Amino acid sequence: MKLAYWMYAGPAHIGTLRIASSFKNVHAIMHAPLGDDYFNVMRSMLERERNFTPVTTSVVDRNVLARGSQEKVVENITRKDAEEHPDLIVLTPTCTSSILQEDLENFVQRAQLESKGDVMLADVNHYRVNELQAADRTLHQIVQFYIEKARKKGTLPTDKTEKPSVNIIGISTLGFHNNHDCTELKRLMADLGIEVNEVIPDGASVHNLKNLPRAWFNLVPYRELGVLTAKYLEAEFGTPCVDITPMGVVETARCIRKIQEILNAQGADVNYESFINEQTLHVSQAAWFSRSIDCQNLTGKKAVVYGDSTHAAAITKVLSREMGIRVVWAGTFCKYDEEWFREQVKDYCDDVIISEDHGAIGDAIAKAEPSAIFGTQMERHVGKRLDIPCGVISAPIHIQNFPIGYKPFLGYEGTNQLVDLIYNSFTLGMEDHLLEIFGGHDTKEVITKGISADSDMAWSKDGLAELNKIPGFVRGKVKRNTEKFARERSIEVITAEVLYAAKEAVGA
Amino acid sequence: MTLAETQPQALTFECETGNYHTFCPISCVAWLYQKIEDSFFLVIGTKTCGYFLQNAMGVMIFAEPRYAMAELEEGDISAQLNDYEELKRLCLQIKRDRNPSVIVWIGTCTTEIIKMDLEGLAPKLETELGIPIVVARANGLDYAFTQGEDTVLAAMVHRCPDKAPETEKEERNAISKLLNFGRKKEEVVAEEAEYTDHPPLVLFGSLPDPVVTQLTLELKKQGIKVSGWLPSKRYTELPVIEEGYYVAGVNPFLSRTATTFMRRRKCKLIGAPFPIGPDGTRAWIEKICSVFGIEPKGLEEREAQVWANLEDYLTLIRGKSVFFMGDNLLEISLARFLIRCGMTCPEIGIPYMDKRYQAAELALLEKTCQEMGVPLPRIVEKPDNYNQLQRINELGVDLVITGMAHANPLEARGINTKWSVEFTFAQIHGFGNARDILELVTRPLRRNNSLKDLGWDKLVKEDAKV
Repeated sequence: MKLAYWMYAGPAHIGTLRIASSFKNVHAIMHAPLGDDYFNVMRSMLERERNFTPVTTSVVDRNVLARGSQEKVVENITRKDAEEHPDLIVLTPTCTSSILQEDLENFVQRAQLESKGDVMLADVNHYRVNELQAADRTLHQIVQFYIEKARKKGTLPTDKTEKPSVNIIGISTLGFHNNHDCTELKRLMADLGIEVNEVIPDGASVHNLKNLPRAWFNLVPYRELGVLTAKYLEAEFGTPCVDITPMGVVETARCIRKIQEILNAQGADVNYESFINEQTLHVSQAAWFSRSIDCQNLTGKKAVVYGDSTHAAAITKVLSREMGIRVVWAGTFCKYDEEWFREQVKDYCDDVIISEDHGAIGDAIAKAEPSAIFGTQMERHVGKRLDIPCGVISAPIHIQNFPIGYKPFLGYEGTNQLVDLIYNSFTLGMEDHLLEIFGGHDTKEVITKGISADSDMAWSKDGLAELNKIPGFVRGKVKRNTEKFARERSIEVITAEVLYAAKEAVGA
Repeated sequence: MTLAETQPQALTFECETGNYHTFCPISCVAWLYQKIEDSFFLVIGTKTCGYFLQNAMGVMIFAEPRYAMAELEEGDISAQLNDYEELKRLCLQIKRDRNPSVIVWIGTCTTEIIKMDLEGLAPKLETELGIPIVVARANGLDYAFTQGEDTVLAAMVHRCPDKAPETEKEERNAISKLLNFGRKKEEVVAEEAEYTDHPPLVLFGSLPDPVVTQLTLELKKQGIKVSGWLPSKRYTELPVIEEGYYVAGVNPFLSRTATTFMRRRKCKLIGAPFPIGPDGTRAWIEKICSVFGIEPKGLEEREAQVWANLEDYLTLIRGKSVFFMGDNLLEISLARFLIRCGMTCPEIGIPYMDKRYQAAELALLEKTCQEMGVPLPRIVEKPDNYNQLQRINELGVDLVITGMAHANPLEARGINTKWSVEFTFAQIHGFGNARDILELVTRPLRRNNSLKDLGWDKLVKEDAKV
């Protein structure tokens, strides 16, 4: 057992649901107790999704505990198949079904006999993998399923596209700025003259998965999602994979050069150097920013970085290599991928921390006393407590991290966004600091407003006690209203009863 | 057929598949840890439970809450680790870091399935640690959302002292202390005379402190003294419960707590409608008065006054229809209030319907429908959300009270929604808070008034597919 207040990566089934609900016309059925469908709330709230989240539960209750699910799961699958005609239904195990050890594979086979769509059991073990690993596996599983299906039917295309083309793998629902990143990547590919063959899983149809081998290469922008699928496609079809995250100016250039190399190896004859040069010097503002006086002022300032491996590694490199900021330590909660992370950041920070314990991370921040933090929502709150500004660069995230405005982290526009995020964090910290040195905005004590200051009204002790329970920001107003009420009725002493009578009278 | 004949004569109860969305009952820790100030809630479950709490509680999680997960690992599931030793280790850590007056263990689906004997382990550990450990099995296998509070309070009933030392008796209870705050002994004695002589009354249900004060004062006006409240502000102030005491519930989801009071502590339950809305509040007070043989004073005028103050909101909702998808068990009381406000209600979805505990509330609902001349709603227990969405489409209702999973998709299809969970956290009890309920209910309608004529009703491309 582990005492835990906060977790960075969610349980495995969340990963599976993120993949299933990213695809078009794929429905997930969770084998779970009542209340485990919280995923639907998150998607509906955070993504402000207009459509119903295609996730339902085959409810595990006392009866299921006593007799097993029996027909229930099969019925739920076939019912959903008839109601909504999804292309694929993914039966999703949860922590509960993991310990019940029901033969879910058998349910899937039986349901498949009656269903028009495909039925599949997500192959994830709740106690072995987390959300991110499960998402990676489920995507791989679905891709493999449809490639093999097409192969059996003999409908698997074998030719490559005429022009150079790419599959963008790993864009998913509830991913950090994923939809903006996707737009930016598509734009980058268009600028490079590369056709986008497929984007998976977000918005993709499972029927198109058989076309994946037609691409000249696969682009996997995030370390956490899509690597397994890309490896599978490489092993099956020899499709090369570019797994350099184009985040920051240097890494974006590196990613493009890698693409160039791969395309030329397949006989494309492309040269992207002038494009890189033009973008770096004149389109993206990031290179110019690093020369400007603003950025000079940041030289040697201390920062700490923490997040998923993709974002933490990329931001560490940007801070250190592109802005001259000293990263005291960089860390990730992706423990299972520790080696990769250490390799990525080893030259760009003093220390590396691999931990899932938010307490340890908080302590490490307090100890380092950085000028700015780049982390998740949890680190933002640590920053609040310590009075250190924080830029949020990675999930877990809140609704404000699903902005409506265009805010990619990837590609050349992404580099601009990063500059704003980083610079604003630091200047805010500077402003605060200066204010403190010079004694704040307004050193005079605030004179109380209006009649609330010295009223001649008498308050009984219970009345005062109730008044003090009212949140500070409205207390003054409530006090004034109550006294007005009392005065109008010639009440001499204001008790709790008078307070509530006044509240009713003004209808507030 | 005349209109009167088309109206059903009695309430109909149906039961669907139970395929509906609600919060897991462990969510009760969110409000209970704040209510019981010296408690610590330990949820013994998996990452799934933790993830739910972390996301459902939003910013509360960052405020160093007095709750935590005892996250079960593979070794716990396969019994390679000793439950007792593991829990002892964690509880010692909690005792050291937080020094609570009680630790509440919340059993989850996982502890049920692996049959972890929490009730058996708790007394042993309690002796060893010197801190009371209360066990509540608030799991998704058996319960929905607010029923979590019911399981915790039912477990707390056993911990209420059965006799307080005579001298302490006056002081024990937080409410009387609050009301008598700072007064001299003689004044308190004088005030005792303001109360009618009646057997002790204890109320149950967790409400924010200001609401506790309001309801207590409301009863005081009738000369009724509230001897205690479960839960109180602190675990160390749990009310004294003796055989023959009267108890009354303030919330409709507390049937286990009510049963425990009656069966285990030999209390008498006052079955009343719940004090939600001015009609409910009046009926609640009247019922308590009638049990104690007190003639209620000034209630009719009081209720009329509240209704008069609500008129601006009532004009917005009169004649409109409301559909409850059902997820928090407040549905019957809220529907009854809204029908009195002049709304119609074709369907009340509800996770679980205790017809005995809610009998008076159901009777008031029936009476309200008859008096307002509207058809009786169908009450659907364990609803099926998919079927409900079909019915919502067919009926074309004006307002759907539903969970967040369905709210945005319905809004995108031009259907007004109110997020049901807000009713659980807002102050909705008593005369003074009726306005708060209508504030919530009318919000989407007021929003519509501001946005009307923009032509932005339906914002999905394809036909509503659910």
